[in-house]
Amino acid sequence: MSSEWPLWEVFIRGQHGLAHRHVGSLHAPDAEMAINNARDVYTRRNEGVSIWVVKAGDIAASAPGDKEPLFEPSNTKVYRHPTFFDIPDEVGHM
Amino acid sequence: MYAQEVKSTGKGVKSLEEMEPQERAFQEKIDADIKIEPKEWMPEGYRKTLIRQISQHAHSEIVGQLPEGNWITRAPTLERKAILLAKVQDEAGHGLYLYCAAETLGISRDQMTEQLLSGKAKYSSIFNYPTLTWADIGAIGWLVDGAAIMNQVPLQRCSYGPYSRAMVRICKEESFHQRQGYDIMMKLVKGTTEQKEMAQDALNRWWQPSLMMFGPSDKDSVHSAQSMAWGIKQNTNDELRQKFVDQTVPQAEYLGLTVPDPDLRWNEEKGGYDFGEVDWSEFYEVLKGNGPCNAERMAARQKAWNDGAWFREGLMAHAKKREARKVAAE
Repeated sequence: MSSEWPLWEVFIRGQHGLAHRHVGSLHAPDAEMAINNARDVYTRRNEGVSIWVVKAGDIAASAPGDKEPLFEPSNTKVYRHPTFFDIPDEVGHM
Repeated sequence: MYAQEVKSTGKGVKSLEEMEPQERAFQEKIDADIKIEPKEWMPEGYRKTLIRQISQHAHSEIVGQLPEGNWITRAPTLERKAILLAKVQDEAGHGLYLYCAAETLGISRDQMTEQLLSGKAKYSSIFNYPTLTWADIGAIGWLVDGAAIMNQVPLQRCSYGPYSRAMVRICKEESFHQRQGYDIMMKLVKGTTEQKEMAQDALNRWWQPSLMMFGPSDKDSVHSAQSMAWGIKQNTNDELRQKFVDQTVPQAEYLGLTVPDPDLRWNEEKGGYDFGEVDWSEFYEVLKGNGPCNAERMAARQKAWNDGAWFREGLMAHAKKREARKVAAE
């Protein structure tokens, strides 16, 4: 059991006009086989029109511990939401 | 179920007050129905229990292809053959979703394969029974996949994100499996006397093993409490078994078949069926490796792994050579 195939993350575009979405992962020796395998494992019921595969090791991810420094600051910036501003009814739809 | 005897840490369930801050924060997340994701802190026991449960579940899907695979070349019509092929292919897919979920907890695919092939890891007892006639394919879809659905639907709410998401995918596909099985049974009971007898014979042989799929009775299941506190398990074994019996008996009646249990009767008071005690000595014998097909199933998996070694290594060598050539050309 020496040469385990590398892990690939699989992204599928469900329909035209939608973004690719992460659906899972699989093992394959190279990108071409990863796409072939992704077709069999993740689109047996017509779930997709396009497949992306990315080597799992090539993905950089934020650490769970960084959640607060990364995302907390946006909580205090409520003025980024349109509902922060009161527009008089007379002005009409804006 | 597909993971019938998952050993957890064996210690009692701790209260929030007894926990260190990190563990308490973890437990509070679970209690608030917030999913745990791969790289987050988790107690070692949680990680180990999940690895055991998910890998057993995955192994069951993979070994589960064998009893049905036995009938692919002998399906009665081309349509039945195509349907059975699609179902068996789904089982392979389910195994792969689950292996990937387990890998997010820090175990490698090869380690899991090694544990299965060495007999260290278990798979569901149900797949150690033989498929003697075509009616067995009907009974497996109807009863075995029916029991699997009963267990897997609540697992969609499991506290561990990757396992929960794999279960959502699996449940979407599983209903086809049960319905195709019941469809085979309906066809057989409308056929000749011999065909109806075949259907009854299959029910007779698969009924008890299907009830065993839910695992030992709650009073003998020492690890349930911790798994439930961790949100890995949502219902007790006995609850799910009762639900399965209540759902399945009317389906057998519709087919005009008799459930092979002299103690089976409707209990108005509890609004469910009473049924006879499962033969647990048989269950433990099968788990220990002494079922009718344990040796055959393991031999088939070992042969597949060993015979496929040149192919796995060859494709890897090819990929490396191509990669090197690409680098050289740049």
